[in-house]
Amino acid sequence: MQKELWKGNEAIAEAAIRAGCDCFFGYPITPQSEVPEYMSVHLPEHGGVFVQSESEVAAINMVYGAAGSGMRAMTSSSSPGISLKQEGITYLAGAELPCVIINCMRGGPGLGTIQPSQGDYFQATRGGGNGDYRTVVLAPSNVQETVDFVQEAFDIADQYRNPVMVVCDGLIGQMMEPIEWHPVPKRDLPPKDWAASGRKDRDHHNVINSLYMDPVVCDRHNDHLAEKYAEMEKNEVRWEEVECEDAELVITAYGTPARIALTALETLRANGIKAGLFRPITLWPFPEKALHELAAKEHVKAFLDVEMSSTGQMIDDVRLAVEGQKPISYLGHAGGVMPTVEEMIESAKKALKEVK
Amino acid sequence: MKAIELCSHRISIITGHYGTGKTEFSVNLALAMAAEGETVMLADLDIVNPYFRSRERKPMLEAAGVRLISSSQACSDADVPALPAELLTILENRDVRGILDIGGDPVGARVLARFQPKIVQEDYQLIYVLNANRPEVRTPESAIAYLRGIEATTGLRCTAIVNNTHLCGETTAEEIRRGAALASTVSQETGIPVLCHVAEERFVDTLSDLAEPVFPITIKMKKPWE
Repeated sequence: MQKELWKGNEAIAEAAIRAGCDCFFGYPITPQSEVPEYMSVHLPEHGGVFVQSESEVAAINMVYGAAGSGMRAMTSSSSPGISLKQEGITYLAGAELPCVIINCMRGGPGLGTIQPSQGDYFQATRGGGNGDYRTVVLAPSNVQETVDFVQEAFDIADQYRNPVMVVCDGLIGQMMEPIEWHPVPKRDLPPKDWAASGRKDRDHHNVINSLYMDPVVCDRHNDHLAEKYAEMEKNEVRWEEVECEDAELVITAYGTPARIALTALETLRANGIKAGLFRPITLWPFPEKALHELAAKEHVKAFLDVEMSSTGQMIDDVRLAVEGQKPISYLGHAGGVMPTVEEMIESAKKALKEVK
Repeated sequence: MKAIELCSHRISIITGHYGTGKTEFSVNLALAMAAEGETVMLADLDIVNPYFRSRERKPMLEAAGVRLISSSQACSDADVPALPAELLTILENRDVRGILDIGGDPVGARVLARFQPKIVQEDYQLIYVLNANRPEVRTPESAIAYLRGIEATTGLRCTAIVNNTHLCGETTAEEIRRGAALASTVSQETGIPVLCHVAEERFVDTLSDLAEPVFPITIKMKKPWE
């Protein structure tokens, strides 16, 4: 298959179109504006609907409406814009509506910077909205994975009737990489017989709602959602291990830092240091069991968590999974500064020295 | 072939669809001319992309003697379509060689329209960079449509085509040849000559049979893990 050179953001949009996205609602924000730009040109060519909404809040609520009528709907934004969408996301989760949300992360807090960052891990995995809800969060680390995951995300959303997020840092959205349009796994999906798409021959109206006035009914609704989240945890967790079989030092990283770590591994291994990479691909559900088991291995002496965040966010999940079995150090930058290969090598050596 | 023989006009304006590799070509061209003893000024006029702009390579360029002109420091990481006033130095000082690195598409080329009356008084060439692996310019029809769009926006005529077909780290000589074929068709249909083929140094020897010169480059716009 002839490879093509695609920019991350336009590839996200094209992937969504190929996955049968019917409607896109969004508002421009750097570094993801090529997604709506590409959608505005190409989605209508495929019979879809593109709307540049008046705000991010409007966009996510348009997604709610379209998803409620059974359409495949998507929105995309970058960090501050995703913050604005949080209320809509919890409503979508509460009303059990499938949709795909792209976050092309930039530096924060607040307006921050337009340069790449990973400061929205907590927001994506803990839910920035209210109530007990979860969204599957896919975190690609290159453009090929991004186009594959965006296509799969629509199926995952439909299978569970739940929002799915694809989070990539701004670098993935902005960079050019060769990709191929190979087939992605398709799922057997249930019919959308719940959709408010006209009563027709049905004996009842379908109602899309997240309001349950009766506390007992609301409690039962939450139990039902919890069962669904347990299913997602069982079925959807993904991760990758690189050279972990004999690793003494394991780097935990996702997205672009995981990519940088691969180069660091080459140098570390060449210097006789047994280093490996544990890369969560789903941030929720987090690959807790796999990381716990890796931490239990005798050859593993220490972990180094690397993120594009000043304080570290995923490191909390790493700590929960490692459960104190081995020490964890941290390397991170925020605000658009990326950890370098050299820094990773130094931090890895230091982390290992401390336990030896 | 020397870079100043290849780009013999005083000012080279680098345009094209975004992602075709204009910045990589611009930076390499500036460095090659500086190495030949020319006084070179490179203007980063990319108002489209927030990342991967030539201003990111300012220390390397200045160490090589290339003067980089870009938006003020305050705007260098912003998505503000601000243009550097110093650009006029390139247009007015006939003792310097100027390279203008323009953002992608007719949208990015809009920055040139304002300077069109000055540019046409100078010895310039407007270069259209092609990459046959970019899906929106891989057919002669679409490539020509973008070319005409850039001409219409800028009020300038395109005078040269540069084949910069690549696949980042996965580039092969065959890819470059495929791009050469596309550039040749575009050239025949528009009457605009193919100036050169851009290739990493490792490919230069195997491409010596191409009709036009091969401009050797080394990758300067690297990703953080490269």
